[in-house]
Amino acid sequence: MKICVTSTGESLDSALDPRFGRCAYFIIIDSNSMEFEAIPNASSNVRGGAGIEAVQTVINKRVDVLITGDVGPNASRIFNTSNIKVIVGVSGAVRELVERYKKGLLK
Amino acid sequence: MIISIASGKGGTGKTSIATNLALSINNVQLLDCDVEEPNSYLFLKPEINKTEDVFIFVPVVDESLCDNCGKCAEFCEYNAIFVSKDKILIFPELCHSCGGCKLVCPTSAIREEPHKTGTIYYGNSKGIEIIYGELEVGDAVASNVVREVKLRMNKDRNVIIDSPPGASCPVIESVKNSDFCILVTEPTPFGLHDLRIAVSVLREMDIPFGVIVNRADIGDRKVYDYCKKENISILLEVPFERKIAELYSKGIPFVLEMPAWKEKFQKLFDTIRAMVQK
Repeated sequence: MKICVTSTGESLDSALDPRFGRCAYFIIIDSNSMEFEAIPNASSNVRGGAGIEAVQTVINKRVDVLITGDVGPNASRIFNTSNIKVIVGVSGAVRELVERYKKGLLK
Repeated sequence: MIISIASGKGGTGKTSIATNLALSINNVQLLDCDVEEPNSYLFLKPEINKTEDVFIFVPVVDESLCDNCGKCAEFCEYNAIFVSKDKILIFPELCHSCGGCKLVCPTSAIREEPHKTGTIYYGNSKGIEIIYGELEVGDAVASNVVREVKLRMNKDRNVIIDSPPGASCPVIESVKNSDFCILVTEPTPFGLHDLRIAVSVLREMDIPFGVIVNRADIGDRKVYDYCKKENISILLEVPFERKIAELYSKGIPFVLEMPAWKEKFQKLFDTIRAMVQK
């Protein structure tokens, strides 16, 4: 399973970035191997529609689960029609959030 | 003559200056281009005699023709279209109505339909013709409505344009083609910071301008030092005075009850005219 966490930095020890569309990095983790890839968010400085562009990035990476602080209305409209599970309202380090998700502690 | 009133920082007193100036001179048309929150009508209390809707054209997709190639989304500078392999979603409130998506669509799946993005109000008050725009709640692009307000300009009158704060597209649309721009600031670090940005915009646009310092006896002297160094005229200072604030809180432009100020605004207008004609 592929999990995407919005992150303030490039490592699993970085803190979650509470913004979705304008987060610093997307960290995409394979939940079995814990191998990961950190992608700088190209949408963080666009004038408008950052969330929409960010969804495109996440969908292109074939993510199953997104963990972030909050998702704006435009991005929500797209996620509602997708199969991606979106978890919001959490905080902490990326690694810890993934572990908690795997234990079924994040809903 | 077209005089626009801008500021950089919000809440410095653009509308106070615009309405008091409008009430001090003759043959005025006031265009309130702060379409996200037009408020000059609160002070001038015009009788509204006409309204018009503003429409822009936004894309609509015929999904039976769309093959989800994504060229439209890729083209859109404002991310108003989202395409994935099985769906396409349009966000009309982000659309700038350029029509590019329709042009790049290889299967002609996109057509354009009108979307109401604002309303224009026409009114009169104390001999002043007032036209203002109001952006539709939920829409994000103010410039289209600003442009529509300005299309209704009557150049035979002394046109006063109340601009939005900031220094982005709606401000540029508002001050564009003015003969002169008044920048209203306050003598605080925040006022100065945003004044500098506004000055750089006006210099880039080659519009003559001067500064009015509002609440002139608060803060520090840095706005004055900056203007001196940059050779910018300070046209007027308005003090932080209880009577002015009280009248403001009741929605009364202070020139109506403080006639000495009416003369100052008339002088201001003459000064600007002389600067423009020079």
